[in-house]
Amino acid sequence: MPKMNLSHFEAALLFALFTSVVLGVVTKRTDRDRLRYGAYTFACFAVALFGLGWLMYFGHG
Amino acid sequence: MAKEKEPKQPTTPFGVWAPAVGLAWLIPGGGHLLLKRTGRGVLLMLAITGMFLCGLMMRGAMFQPQSGDILTILINTGGFIGDVASGILYLLSSWLGYAQPDMAGHVHDYGTKFLVTAGLLNVLAMVDTFEIASGRKD
Repeated sequence: MPKMNLSHFEAALLFALFTSVVLGVVTKRTDRDRLRYGAYTFACFAVALFGLGWLMYFGHG
Repeated sequence: MAKEKEPKQPTTPFGVWAPAVGLAWLIPGGGHLLLKRTGRGVLLMLAITGMFLCGLMMRGAMFQPQSGDILTILINTGGFIGDVASGILYLLSSWLGYAQPDMAGHVHDYGTKFLVTAGLLNVLAMVDTFEIASGRKD
């Protein structure tokens, strides 16, 4: 089994991608809504990722 | 003012939804494929299997139920349930010896979370399969 070495950012983005796909597929009732919800969830993950990253950067001093 | 009681939905027989939900547990996306929701089934299979494989390649640890203080029991039992929810992916990786011991490092930590989350996402897929099989969702 090959080993995967990812940075925090890459791993969190990959996590967001897989999770958004599943949330989009199981949550809504039409394909259009699923696509929109999946994209929205991914965007929320990305915003939270950047927000928390900066928060930790400033909090660390 | 007294609230009117909502009419109860008729219960779907066990034999109607159980095979689809069982297959959804065993093979991520399999329940949707059985119910002829091919596109969604393939997407679920790719996403959940992809997440699990990434977790394995990051050398994430598999949880085992442990006794001890309440937090240890909660974390390890919850993690174990999350791992088992991945179905055949968990069974195969355990039988073939891919279960890793817990190691320090952020990549291994992410791997462990990927493995558990893959199982939890499969639980969502199972619930969706149940709703489709029981006619609550198209």
